[in-house]
Amino acid sequence: MTVLSISDRPTGADVLIALSDVSKSYRRGAQIVPVLSRLTFDIRRKEFLALMGPSGSGKSTMLNLIAGIDSPDHGSITVGGEDITLLPEAELADWRAANVGFIFQFYNLMPVLTALENVELPLTLTSLGRRDRRDRAQLALSLVGLSDRVKHLPSELSGGQQQRVAIARAIVTDPTVLVADEPTGDLDRQSAKEVLEIMQRLNRDMGKTIVMVTHDHRAAAHAKRIMNLEKGDLSYLVEQRLE
Amino acid sequence: MSQWLKLVARNVLRHRLRTSLTLVGLIVAILAFGVLQTVVKTWYAGVDGAVPSRLLTRNAISFTLPLPKSYQKRISAVEGVRRVTHLSWFGGVYKDSKNFFPQFAIDAASYLDMFPELLVPDEVRRAFLSERRGAIVGRKLAKRYGFKPGDVIQLRGTIFPGNWEFVICGVFDGRDPKTDTSQLFFRWDYLNEILRVRSKAQADQVGVFAVDVVSLDSVADVSQAIDEVFRNSLAETLTETERAFQIGFVKQTEAILISIRVVSFVVIFIILAVMANTMAMTARERLREYATLKAIGFSPGYVARLILGESVLIALIGGAIGIALTPPVAARLAELSATLFPTLFVSVNTVMLQALAALVVGILAALLPMRRAARVRIVDGLRALG
Ligand SMILES: Nc1ncnc2c1ncn2[C@@H]1O[C@H](COP(=O)(O)OP(=O)(O)OP(=O)(O)O)[C@@H](O)[C@H]1O
Ligand SMILES: [Mg+2]
Repeated sequence: MTVLSISDRPTGADVLIALSDVSKSYRRGAQIVPVLSRLTFDIRRKEFLALMGPSGSGKSTMLNLIAGIDSPDHGSITVGGEDITLLPEAELADWRAANVGFIFQFYNLMPVLTALENVELPLTLTSLGRRDRRDRAQLALSLVGLSDRVKHLPSELSGGQQQRVAIARAIVTDPTVLVADEPTGDLDRQSAKEVLEIMQRLNRDMGKTIVMVTHDHRAAAHAKRIMNLEKGDLSYLVEQRLE
Repeated sequence: MSQWLKLVARNVLRHRLRTSLTLVGLIVAILAFGVLQTVVKTWYAGVDGAVPSRLLTRNAISFTLPLPKSYQKRISAVEGVRRVTHLSWFGGVYKDSKNFFPQFAIDAASYLDMFPELLVPDEVRRAFLSERRGAIVGRKLAKRYGFKPGDVIQLRGTIFPGNWEFVICGVFDGRDPKTDTSQLFFRWDYLNEILRVRSKAQADQVGVFAVDVVSLDSVADVSQAIDEVFRNSLAETLTETERAFQIGFVKQTEAILISIRVVSFVVIFIILAVMANTMAMTARERLREYATLKAIGFSPGYVARLILGESVLIALIGGAIGIALTPPVAARLAELSATLFPTLFVSVNTVMLQALAALVVGILAALLPMRRAARVRIVDGLRALG
């Protein structure tokens, strides 16, 4: 492990996500709570980044900004060269559909849809036909090792399996970036390991860019880089050397 | 679209108990609404069914007071009058005083000619005309008491003293569903013959004259002319159209009708509140799902339509069952009410009103939850427990 300085920024075409001078605060009553202040940093293409830090430090806030489900008070966020802070609501939704795959702590599957239907869901926003959607969803489920569970409802699956379905749903549209907020936070160690190995494989073999928030060092160890967010400041980076 | 429908349909089935209870409420509300509307409509049905060219001439003081039979000839002589018949309220009791049904003494031939809405088969009519003690009964009345041709029944007079025997000659039907078939008609000549012996003071009198006018345009003139004939006589008359007569009757009960109508809408309002509460609860529980859908890229409108679809689907299912149950329940109510409501016929209009009420409830109940789900910020929605 090597500790790198924050100024060690990747350059040029290598950058996928660039936050520059991003501030975000929340208003609680009359009080304004600053969460992120003037944050600038880049994320490389094909990166697997783990965001760590104490509770309340703004990890989820930052992830939400990158994923385009929240907007900064100040600053710009470009993804693949496009400044998403300039996009109006409806276009931002289309942008997310095409570019972001979400993995949540509590899976957030539709309880009334089967595993296959859940994975198919984001594809209904595309122009793909029924058959193509089905085939793609099937493929995504096989990538997470759940080909034999397509007809199961979320309630008929274990937590680990549900999270794998959620991963399949996140990758089925072949998005630019995967964002995961504590994806193993609700899982036992074995299931967590399986999920993390899948994410690692997606990054290594398929070149998926992944940003993952986690509290768990073991989970973070699966990433290529670890960043620590401390009171809204990125304090240091760890480069993970994969053998 | 099919995706939307799938989600809507499965969401409806998600909380079986909650959906079932809401459905029961909806069914009862739409049913009650339909039955109450039908009751009100039926009450007014006499007004709607009134033939515009028929006039009714009654005692000017009160329609409970009789008129001399001898007026018939003088009314017939009035210009513009085509024909005249008469009917008299008998008010007899069949076995027990709770067995109420209307009985009228009529001049058989002329009455049946002037009231074609009573469908009397030819052989029944012939029998009726040839049997002095004959009576004809409506389909509903016959069914209720099992009256069959040849039966001899006895009525105890309340207005006219003594016991009266009648021979059932047959059954008549109504030309349309609104026609009252809970009545019994018998011959006035039979009544009068006995009254001459038993109660001379009541003989040679009738309750109301029904007057058929040659031309619709002359209705007003003719009624004035008739009343003019009897001005300053012992029994002055009041002649009005059948419609006006019915309205006068309905007017007396208008306050009740208005209350019934108000109640029918209150019922709908209550179920709207219940339904809105159900939808709000449901949508609140699913806030995280809606936020997830929006995060994935679905529009706020799509999420709102999920709620709308669910609400409208439940409302329409409940409405459909409620509508389907209305005719049998109305029929049973008509039966139970004896002859208060001769027929409770659920009109197409009422059915459409019920369907509209269900649809409106479905839409209105969804509005606030739709707005909330569409507007909630994704990050807040994702934090919601569910
Ligand atoms: N909608 C909101 N309204 C008000 N304050 C908020 C809101 N969302 C977040 N905050 C505040 O912003 C700060 C950062 O929140 P955030 O969820 O990003 O932290 P986190 O690093 O993800 O914490 P955890 O590890 O507990 O998930 C916290 O102090 C939190 O209370
Ligand atoms: Mg967090």
